[in-house]
Amino acid sequence: MAARKSTKKPNVSAEELTQYYRDMLLIRRFEEKAGQLYGMGLIGGFCHLYIGQEAVVVGLEAAAEEGDKRITSYRDHGHMLACGMEANGVMAELTGREGGLSKGKGGSMHMFSKEKHFYGGHGIVGAQVPLGAGLAFADKYKDNGRVTFTYFGDGAANQGQVYETFNMAAIWDLPVVFVIENNQYAMGTAQSRSTSTPDIYTRGEAFGIPGEAVDGMNVLAVKDAGERAVAHCRSGKGPYILEVKTYRYRGHSMSDPAKYRTREEVQKMRSERDPIEQVRDMLLTGKHASEEDLKAIDKEIKEIVNKSADFAKESPEPALEELWTDIYA
Amino acid sequence: MATEILMPALSPTMEEGTLAKWLVKEGDTVSSGDILAEIETDKATMEFEAVDEGIIGKILIAEGREGVAVNTAIAVLVEEGESLDAAPTAAPAAGEAATPVEAPAAPAPVAAAAAAPAAPEVDSSPDWPAGTELVKTTVREALRDAMAEEMRGDEDVFLMGEEVAEYQGAYKISQGLLDEFGSKRIIDTPITEHGFAGIATGAAFGGLKPIVEFMTFNFAMQAIDHIINSAAKTLYMSGGQMGAPMVFRGPNGAAARVGAQHSQDYAAWYMQIPGLKVAMPYSASDAKGLLKSAIRDPNPVIFLENEILYGQSFDVPKMDDFTVPFGKAKIWREGSDATIVSFGIGMKYALEAADKLAEEGISAEVIDLRTLRPMDLPTVIKSVMKTNRLVTVEEGWPQGSVGGYIASEVMQQAFDYLDAPVITCTGKDVPMPYAANLERHALITTDEVVAAVKQVTYR
Repeated sequence: MAARKSTKKPNVSAEELTQYYRDMLLIRRFEEKAGQLYGMGLIGGFCHLYIGQEAVVVGLEAAAEEGDKRITSYRDHGHMLACGMEANGVMAELTGREGGLSKGKGGSMHMFSKEKHFYGGHGIVGAQVPLGAGLAFADKYKDNGRVTFTYFGDGAANQGQVYETFNMAAIWDLPVVFVIENNQYAMGTAQSRSTSTPDIYTRGEAFGIPGEAVDGMNVLAVKDAGERAVAHCRSGKGPYILEVKTYRYRGHSMSDPAKYRTREEVQKMRSERDPIEQVRDMLLTGKHASEEDLKAIDKEIKEIVNKSADFAKESPEPALEELWTDIYA
Repeated sequence: MATEILMPALSPTMEEGTLAKWLVKEGDTVSSGDILAEIETDKATMEFEAVDEGIIGKILIAEGREGVAVNTAIAVLVEEGESLDAAPTAAPAAGEAATPVEAPAAPAPVAAAAAAPAAPEVDSSPDWPAGTELVKTTVREALRDAMAEEMRGDEDVFLMGEEVAEYQGAYKISQGLLDEFGSKRIIDTPITEHGFAGIATGAAFGGLKPIVEFMTFNFAMQAIDHIINSAAKTLYMSGGQMGAPMVFRGPNGAAARVGAQHSQDYAAWYMQIPGLKVAMPYSASDAKGLLKSAIRDPNPVIFLENEILYGQSFDVPKMDDFTVPFGKAKIWREGSDATIVSFGIGMKYALEAADKLAEEGISAEVIDLRTLRPMDLPTVIKSVMKTNRLVTVEEGWPQGSVGGYIASEVMQQAFDYLDAPVITCTGKDVPMPYAANLERHALITTDEVVAAVKQVTYR
C-alpha cells in the first residue's frame, strides 16, 4: 500500500485517541450486530457493512468542524455513526421500523440528517459525487466557510460523472474534499482489473486538483491528511482529493461470498493492519489507558449496540399511512 | 450464559440453506470474526462468521444437512467455565425471527370505478381579474420575465446551464439576465448534463433553489438519474427531512428538421414519476405564471417548453405578481359535442381543429391541461360528462402516452358518460425522420384531430 508515511509525531491527546478508539469500536460492533440481525431476517434487502474501514470516517470527522457537510454511498452506517447520528435511529432504519431515521422508508442505503449535516445514503454508484459538489456549491454561494466531505469508492471512481464533477469543482473552486475510500474491490472486481491507474488520486492532476494517498488503516494518518485537505478547501483554493487506502473485511454486501480474494489476504489485513487494534496498542503502550479502561469502553459500546438492536426490534413497523406521505413537500 | 447460534439468512431471498461444512468443533474457542461454518445458499457458498466470543458448546446441526431453515439453532456457544449442560438440548425451531405482520391491502389511492359520479368540483376561476391590462408577449420573453421576477425576490434562486450567461441562452431565453444578476447567479456550465444536474440537485439539498436549463430535454437523458433518483426520491427516502426545491427547464419535443435525437417529447416519461411535478405550457401567460409557481414550489419541477412556441405572442396580464397554480386546467374554448384535451404545442393542433370543426357545425370544447403532474382530471371528467366524447392530442409516442393515461382514468371514472371510445391522437410510433414530408407525417396533424373528433361524434 503506497501511502504517505506520517513523519512527525502524531499531535493527538490521550483523550482524542481514546475517543477515536471508542468511535471506531462503535462502528465495528454496530456492524457486527447488523450482520447478525440480517442473518436473523430482521434486516432485509441489501446491507453493506463498513467493518475494516472505520479509521476513514473517524479520522476525517476528527478534521471536520461544526456545520461541515458529508455525503456518501450506500455503505453508509459508519459515516452516520461517526457524525453523531443515534445508533438507535440507524439500527431501526435497518429493520424498517417507525423509529428509523427515515421512518423506515429509506433502509440501509438511504438515511439523512439535517441536524448532523449528513446528506445520505445514495444507492447509485457515483451519484453522490456531483451531489456533494452541489452542497459545496451552495456553501460557496452563501459564503459560509463550510466544507463538504464527499465520499466514494474505488469502483465509483470509474464513473463518468465523477470527472464531470472534478472539472466543475475545479473551475468553480468548490470547497469539497473528495474522499476516495479505496477498499480495493469494486464489489468483486479488484482495482488492478478495473482501474487504469494504481493511484486514483492522481486522476485529479488532469483537472488541477491536488491530492494524496493516505494510509486508511491508521486513523491518525487519516486525520492528518484530512486537516490538510480541509485547510486547503476552507482557504478558498478549491477541491482536494484524498485517496484513503483501506480494506473491507466483509463481502460487498451480506450476500457476497467474496470468492474473489483469499481468506489469507483478509486475515493478514485483520491481524497486521486492523485500525482499532492499532489504536488499542497505542493506548496501551503509551500508557494512556489500561486493559481495564479499554474493557470498560468495550462494555459501554456493547451496551449501546445491544440497546439499539432492542430498539430496532421493538419499534413498530411504520403505519400504512406512511406509504402516502413525504412524496411532495 | 449459553447463546444459540442461528442459521443465518445470507441473501435478501434466502429461506433455507445447506450447512455444508463446520470449520469449528465442540470445545473450540471462537472470537468475533472467526469463520464458523460454510453455508450453501441457492446462489453461493458463504462463510459464516462468529459475532460473539465463547466456546462451541454443542453443534446441533451436523454438516451436510440440507434444507436448514433460517433461524434454526445450529450450535450453542457457552462462556468459559460454563458447563455444557447449560446448553439447551433441543433446538427450538426458530428464534426471534422477524415475522412481519401481514399487511392489509393498502388503501386505494384513488376512489376507483364509481359508476355514475357526481360532477366533480372544479376551479374554473379566470387566470386574472377582468379588466387587467394585457400586453402582447412572446413565450420567450414571458419565460425570461418569470425568472427575472423570481430572482429579484429570492436571493437563493439561480440559473445554471449551457450558454445561459454570456451567450444569452442558446434560444435566447436568458437574454439580459447576466447583466442584471451577474455571474454568481447566472452560471455557464460545461457541456456536462449529468454532472451539472447532480451539482444543482446537491445545491438544492444545501438550501438553494436552482433553475437548471437543459439546452433541450433530449440532453436531459444524460441527467435523468439525478432528476429521478436524486431529486424526485430524496424527500421520501429521508422520511420528509430534505428534498430538492428546483426547476429543470428547457425546450422539449420536435423543433423542425432536427432529426431523431433532437425531437423527442418527454411529457409521458416525467409524468410517471412520483415526487416530480410536470408543467407543459402552451401560451405565454401560462409560461410565465407557471414558471413563477415552479420556482417557488418546494419540489423538483420539470418544465417542458417548446422551441416552436418560443417566438409566438400571446396576451400576458400586466400584474405585479402573476402566477398560475399547478393542477388547474384551462378551458380555451367551450363546446358541447366533444372534448379535446391537450397541452403544450398539442394545443396548436387542438385549437386549429376546433376552428375547422366549427365551420362544419361541430362544437368542440378544448382543454389545456397546463400541468401533467398534478393533472386536473376533474375538469376533463366534468367536460366529458357534458360532451360524452373525448379526444386527446399530444406530440409524443402512442405506447405509454399521456392520452393513454387520461383515457384509462376517464373510462374508470366516467364510463357511463362515454358515447364513443376515447381516441388518443399521438405522434407516430417512429423515430423522428429528417425529410420534411416524413417529419410532417410523423407529427400529429390538425387533420388527424379533426378526423378523430368526427369519428367520436359519428359524423
